Parts: sequence; structure tokens; C-alpha cells
Amino acid sequence: MKTNFFKLNRNQTQKLGFAFLSLLALTTILPIILIIGLLIYKGGSAISWNFITGFPHDGMRQGGIWPAIIGTFYLTVGTAIFSVPLGIASAIYLSEYSKDNTLTRTIRIAIINLSGIPSVVYGLFGLGLFVLFLKFGTSILSASLTLSIMTLPVIISTSEEALRAVPQSFRTVSVSLGATKWQTIRRIVLPEALPGIITGVILGLERAAGETAPILFTGAAFFLPQLPSSIFDATMALPYHLFVISTQIPEMPVQIQFGTALVLIAFVLSMNILATIVRSQARAKRQW
Amino acid sequence: MTDKILIENFSLQYEDGIESLRNINLAVEKNAITVLFGPAGGGKSSLLRSINRLNDPEDIRLINGRILIDGDDILDPKMDIIELRRRVGMVFARPVVLPFSIRKNITYGLEVMGEKDQNKLNNAVERSLNQAALWEEIKHRLDDPAIALSGGQQQRLCIARSLALEPEVIMLDEPTSGLDPISTGKVENSLQELKKDYTIILVPHSVQQAARTADNAGFFLQGELIEFSHGKKIFTSPEVKKTEDYVTGRFG
Repeated sequence: MKTNFFKLNRNQTQKLGFAFLSLLALTTILPIILIIGLLIYKGGSAISWNFITGFPHDGMRQGGIWPAIIGTFYLTVGTAIFSVPLGIASAIYLSEYSKDNTLTRTIRIAIINLSGIPSVVYGLFGLGLFVLFLKFGTSILSASLTLSIMTLPVIISTSEEALRAVPQSFRTVSVSLGATKWQTIRRIVLPEALPGIITGVILGLERAAGETAPILFTGAAFFLPQLPSSIFDATMALPYHLFVISTQIPEMPVQIQFGTALVLIAFVLSMNILATIVRSQARAKRQW
Repeated sequence: MTDKILIENFSLQYEDGIESLRNINLAVEKNAITVLFGPAGGGKSSLLRSINRLNDPEDIRLINGRILIDGDDILDPKMDIIELRRRVGMVFARPVVLPFSIRKNITYGLEVMGEKDQNKLNNAVERSLNQAALWEEIKHRLDDPAIALSGGQQQRLCIARSLALEPEVIMLDEPTSGLDPISTGKVENSLQELKKDYTIILVPHSVQQAARTADNAGFFLQGELIEFSHGKKIFTSPEVKKTEDYVTGRFG
């Protein structure tokens, strides 16, 4: 009997391969499970109605995080107001109107590279342009504009991809039926690309909601005793608040730190879930 | 017999340098089926796309000659392209249904022109589906997604969609290339009906289909119109050797 113990037949090889690959796939979701598990374990006890809706007090060692939640909400909405129309318009131009030449290829490469710029650099840029030069001060406006510039490349490139995924034949047929280019875009291309565009938009806004560095110099406040009353006020924000209570305040209760992180994660995850719902609704409505 | 379309000394050259059409002279008879046939790359599709100006001006290096529809030069820069495309409908080789319901596919062309009267739109749906021999099969599910139709039904829907605009000319570029023989037969039969009201230009997907359908036929080879005459004549006693070789299956 000259059988090699290590020599597997092809069925066994296949089973081993599947097992190995699914193990690897599982490891990729392990971190997210661990992160959420840890946050719930360590910060779950901090979550209460008062924590969500109250102001911090006692040097932030007590009380809630309401101003930071509201601040992050304002900043996300502000970012959306600037970056979504501009981003989608740019994507439509690039995908539908621009010619494929050196200039547009350069623009595309620039957009891709913009998404690789470290967020702290955006923060410094925002400080120079919006806070100091345009004299918007450290404010919701400056911070939203800075976050918008950071978010734009994500929105543009994902939206352009979604637009390009719409079959060229739809455009040809629409035009051959006497539609103008804009009617074709408005009635066929945009509705078809919408689920993909929404996904891109929410991915971009999610990143904006969780960023600390770009708002550090442009609009985030260490502590404010009242909510911002205009877009020219500074604001507290969840990611910056988390940074502050984790590093700047001695003897900070651990459950408040983890509780704050838990709320931030919940904020971002709920945007994600919203995106999924909107997308599947859009798909269901179109029936394919 | 009257000529609906006159093509005079028409040449077309694409930006990539491949000469596509050389000095084409052709008269398309009104209320008849004019078949343009020949091996792939002969310029048939390019000619169709020129007739309703679907070629992207970006891709064209050179364009010469005239294409007249009822005496209007469609290459005239002042020509209203949107209006031209309403007058000249086009059906493509692969049926492309738009991502709407069956009804909306047909009304789309009318709606983009600003037609809002629901009665007129509904009448157009019934009339054009009848003309394309599809009404009886699908009249109960007009609001279903068009993509749910079979390939043959989709292609007849595409024909109906062109007819909804009440064009003067319908051009079909290998409309049955993806269809089974039964669906092909249905499409060919409806073309015979349609020619009573419309002028039809057909690029067939086979010589047999060309012979079956043609009132007049032109043989295209490498950008040139080799021979053009009555369908009966060109398929039984062609004058040019190349045409004879092609229709008898000696090449192509």
C-alpha cells in the first residue's frame, strides 16, 4: 500500500479550499463584530435617555452628549447641501457630456487622487480658505465646506460609475425616439443610476460624519454650554468630542467614552441602513 | 412610384480613418421595402445611422453628398434633428426595451415631445401595438415591465415604439438577428402590412430574408453600393458578378 497520507483526492481538496476561503471571509467581518461587541460591553451601561439628550457637565465627566449629536447632524446636513448637488452635477458632466480627452482624463485622475489626501490636510486647507481668508470663522459653515471638499471625490467617482453602468443602448434608443440629451439623462439615465448614486452619497457622508481632523481647526468646539444658533457658530461634534474625552480629560469615566463611541457608530450605521432601504425601495419600484 | 428618400453622391469617413461609405447613389421608394444587404462592414448600418443622424459628429471626419427626404436635405446644419428622428424611426438589431412598463415604452417618444393627453397616448399604444402584431398577446399586461416580454415580443415592441411616433420612414437594422424563425416570420409579416402606410428600409440578417422581403434591394460591399435594382431581379438575375457570387452563397 503506497498511499500518501497527505495526498488528498480532488473532492477533499475542494472541501479544504472552501473551508479555508470561508474562514478568511469570516475574519473580515470579525473586526466589526468585535468593535460593536466591545462598545456595547463597555459603553452600553452609559446609554440612557439623559445621556442622549443631556448636556455634559462636571468637566464632561457627567451628563450627556446631546450638543455633540446635534452638531454632527448639522455638519452632515451641511456637507450634504454643498457636496451632493455639486458632486452629482460633476458626475453627470463627466459621464454624459465631457469628451474622452487628456483634460477629462486628468480631471478624473485628480478626483481619484483627491480621495487619497489625508483628512488633516483638508482641515488645514479649510482653516486657510474658509476660516481665515473668507472670514467664515470657526463655524458650522467652514466645517461643512471643508467636509464637502473631502467628500466630493467619493460622491463624484461613485456617481460617475453608476451613470456609466447604465447601458449605452438606452441612450441611443432614447435619442432615436426624438428625445434630447437632457431628456434622456433626466428620464432614463438618472433614474437607472439613482440607487448607485445614493449609495455613493451616503458612503461619502458617512465618512464626513465620522471625521475629526477636517473639523478640528474649522468648526469643532471643545465644549459649548448651548447649542449653535446659526451656521456661523462653532459646534460640538461626536468624533471630536470622543477625541477630547478620550485624551484631554483626566479621570474620565470609561463608560462615557465607550458610550459616545457607541452613539457615533450607531449614527453611521443607521445612515448605512437608510442607504440600503432607499436603494432596495428604488429597485423594487422599478421592478428589476 | 415615388421616391421618399434620395441619396446623392453620399460619402462618409469616420475619424478612425476607415472609409465607411463611398459615393452612394440610391433612391428609396415610397410605401415599399428597400433592402440593404451584403457582408458585415459593408456600410449598411452606417448609411441607416446617417439617415437619421445618429452618428456622433465627434466620430466623423468627412461627410459628402446629399440625403434628401421629400426634398429636405437632412445634412443641412439647419435641419431639426429631433424632428428628423420623429419622421424617421429606427429599430436596432438587439431589441432594447427601455426600463419602463410596456405602455411607457411606447408613449416615451410622444411624451418627450410634450404629448400629455392621456387619450391620445392610450390610442397610440393600441394602434402601434396592433400594427406591430403584438396587441392581442399583451393587451392585458400593458403595465408589466417590458423586460418581462420574450425576445420576439420585445423586438415587436421596439417596432411599435417607433410606429407610435407616426414616422414616415422606418429603418430596421437586422431586426430579427436574435429571434427564432416563428418570431422572425411574425416580424416579416408585419413589415408587409406596414409598407402600405410607411416607407421601410431593412437591413436583413440573411440573404434569404432579403429575398423574401425586398421590393427593391441594394448590395453593399466594403463601403460601395455594387448593385441596386428590383428585388426580383437582383436575387434571380443580378448584373454584377460580385452580387451573383454573394446571393448564390459563393462568398459571405
